[in-house]
Amino acid sequence: MKYLEQEGIRPLNAAVKKNGKQWNLMEKLFLGLTLEQYVSQFIRNKFNWLLGIIFAIGIPLIIYRFIFGLGAVTHGSYDYPWGLFLGFGLFCMVPLSASGFMLGTTVELFGRHDFEPIERLALLNGLLGYLFAVVYLLVDLGQPWRLGYPMFYSFGPAAVLFLVGWHVATYLSVQVAEVSTSFFEWIGWPRAKQFVRKGAIGLTVSGIILSTLHQGALGALFVYAPGKIHPLWYSAPFQWLHFFVSSIPGGLCMVIVVSTVVIKTMSWRCDERFKDNLDKLTLGLAKGASMGLITYLVIKFIAVAHENEWVYLTTGWGAWWLLEIFLGVLVPLFLFAYGIHNKQVGLVRVAAFFTVAGIVLNRLNTALITFNWKLYQEVPHVFEVIISITIFAIYIATYRFILNRLPILYAWKAQPVEVTVTETVDEKTPIEADQELVGA
Amino acid sequence: MSKLSRRRFLAGSLAGCAAVMAAPAKNALASGNLAGFPDGMGVLVDLTRCVGCRSCEAACNKEQQLPAPDQPFDDYSVFDQTFHHGTQKRRPTEKAYTVVNRYESKLSDKPIYRKIQCNHCNEPACLTSCFVGAYTKTKEGAVIYNSKVCVGCRNCMIACPFHVPAYSYSSATDPVVKKCIFCYDTRVKHGKPPACVEICPSQALVFGKRAELLKIARERIERHPGKYQDEIYGEKEVGGTSWLYLSGVPFEDVGFDTSLQKEPIINNVKDFLATVPMVLAIWPALFTGFHLLSTKGKKHGEEDQHAEKHEGGEQ
Repeated sequence: MKYLEQEGIRPLNAAVKKNGKQWNLMEKLFLGLTLEQYVSQFIRNKFNWLLGIIFAIGIPLIIYRFIFGLGAVTHGSYDYPWGLFLGFGLFCMVPLSASGFMLGTTVELFGRHDFEPIERLALLNGLLGYLFAVVYLLVDLGQPWRLGYPMFYSFGPAAVLFLVGWHVATYLSVQVAEVSTSFFEWIGWPRAKQFVRKGAIGLTVSGIILSTLHQGALGALFVYAPGKIHPLWYSAPFQWLHFFVSSIPGGLCMVIVVSTVVIKTMSWRCDERFKDNLDKLTLGLAKGASMGLITYLVIKFIAVAHENEWVYLTTGWGAWWLLEIFLGVLVPLFLFAYGIHNKQVGLVRVAAFFTVAGIVLNRLNTALITFNWKLYQEVPHVFEVIISITIFAIYIATYRFILNRLPILYAWKAQPVEVTVTETVDEKTPIEADQELVGA
Repeated sequence: MSKLSRRRFLAGSLAGCAAVMAAPAKNALASGNLAGFPDGMGVLVDLTRCVGCRSCEAACNKEQQLPAPDQPFDDYSVFDQTFHHGTQKRRPTEKAYTVVNRYESKLSDKPIYRKIQCNHCNEPACLTSCFVGAYTKTKEGAVIYNSKVCVGCRNCMIACPFHVPAYSYSSATDPVVKKCIFCYDTRVKHGKPPACVEICPSQALVFGKRAELLKIARERIERHPGKYQDEIYGEKEVGGTSWLYLSGVPFEDVGFDTSLQKEPIINNVKDFLATVPMVLAIWPALFTGFHLLSTKGKKHGEEDQHAEKHEGGEQ
């Protein structure tokens, strides 16, 4: 984008061109660039090459999985029925996508419109996280074409997974509706946008209900396996609360992490409102996240006390548990406290990264690492790892494709805004400018 | 009885939730009944009588039309097989619904053999964890599986406390759960004993009503106090199982998990399930109330961005 900016080309951000004509759909898809400009910047972007390599290896493997079955790409174990696809794809992606309902609640429900510049990013983060959790699920299910069975054909309503299935499906549609406002602005259907906006409170409240229940339900799923999961990661009465409460800092910190990546790599797409507010908003999100984290810390120890499991803390598994708590909860808590107090946004971002890693570690510990702690340890098949990375790469590519186009990081304008190009370009150091890559 | 009504209540309340979302309630109620049946059948396995001939494995293979085994059923070297660095003995697989393993115990000078298969729980965790209701506990006591509706989530394998269900991972088009079904279709439904019981040459397996098998087991323990452990494995474990075991040596010596809870596994999940209808009922008013409380009389946000929301949201 740097080259294009020097030529005086600005990314498309309004419904009509400078000469007053409407942009058509193809022009919008190409960000208002000509085909030639678009292709050349696409090739210039080295991240696209990395994605290309991942896809070249991973997509054939996904096809291979559907031709030869799960046994060909996973260790297909009877004792470890769930591997990385669910352990990472479902159990990590969903808590990290709690951002949608958190920010929806903040802005729409509590009327904190100062968080508005980042609300859409949080909503999109939620939608894509859930969507790709379902993609991981489809790869993992033995018979994915029957995904609709629990919805329409054969019901097992006393099962926790029944609730997860229903809620994730319903919540996905709620999130599609929430994000659709940006799409309607972009495509130019103001009526549809107004229609969805009228239901904003209803959508937000459904989001809270569904999130409370299915974030918790993912934890409750593991309550079916007493004795298989190490007692420190298992708590029949509190598991659902652990999963629900930890999803709050998880979702908020994921927004901080994503917004950090966005501001570093595609600040051309962010408007002034986003850029000017981001530091303040990051600190605000961090305050919320630290309240979630401290609560999580307390209820984790309450669970240990409730089952009187202190003796396990002296074992090797106990050390691993303490490490998870230390790196994923205590370290970010201290960094948040210091960072928020001294308004050091960089430190807060590091803390958010630790929190996200801590959530991922917790879910992997519960689903895979301490699962069957009395049996042998299963190591995922290398193809399973590659497919998991590939789906994550598709997630990133989709994320970026949408951020580049829809008014998520910038406000959509009816009329183009005249910009003085030279000014902005000169301000940038070559390194900063180099990092500004459009990509897809 | 109390179990039955509790389960029905549970299913009913969840069906209620489902109805809130899209009203599939009528069908939902039908799949909720899974308590132990008073006249359910079972099998008593007496480990002191088992000689490790593996003829039950052979009979099962024939009855269930399973693929030919890797090693013939009269090859006793399979007892020496271990897996995962010697930590595991053989287990039921997609090709073998039952296996016999050999164990050593300090309390016995000769080896002890133990037959492993689905224990057909009174309140099966596989059944309660299944979100399409693929499992059924029949009134005869069998836990059977409907492969036609199985989505392949494998939650049943997570939930089974005995590590029994296997999965045909190698199939791309029709992978299904493979486990002992108590020869339900071909035998138990018609009052006949399962194939493994019928073939057993040493009467280590007895087929009968579960309630009567418990009496027989207690009699044996009383009559030979030194011979048996004073415990029937499966009487109480995870709410009781249709298959019951007697052993001369401590059960943990022959590979049984003696740390299992006595209550059905579904009990662990009830706390959470009970909160579901409450959240569905209370949250809407609670959070809409929060919204009204926190935004009343305030003006937030940029007018151009969200003018339309204030009309729509706060009426």
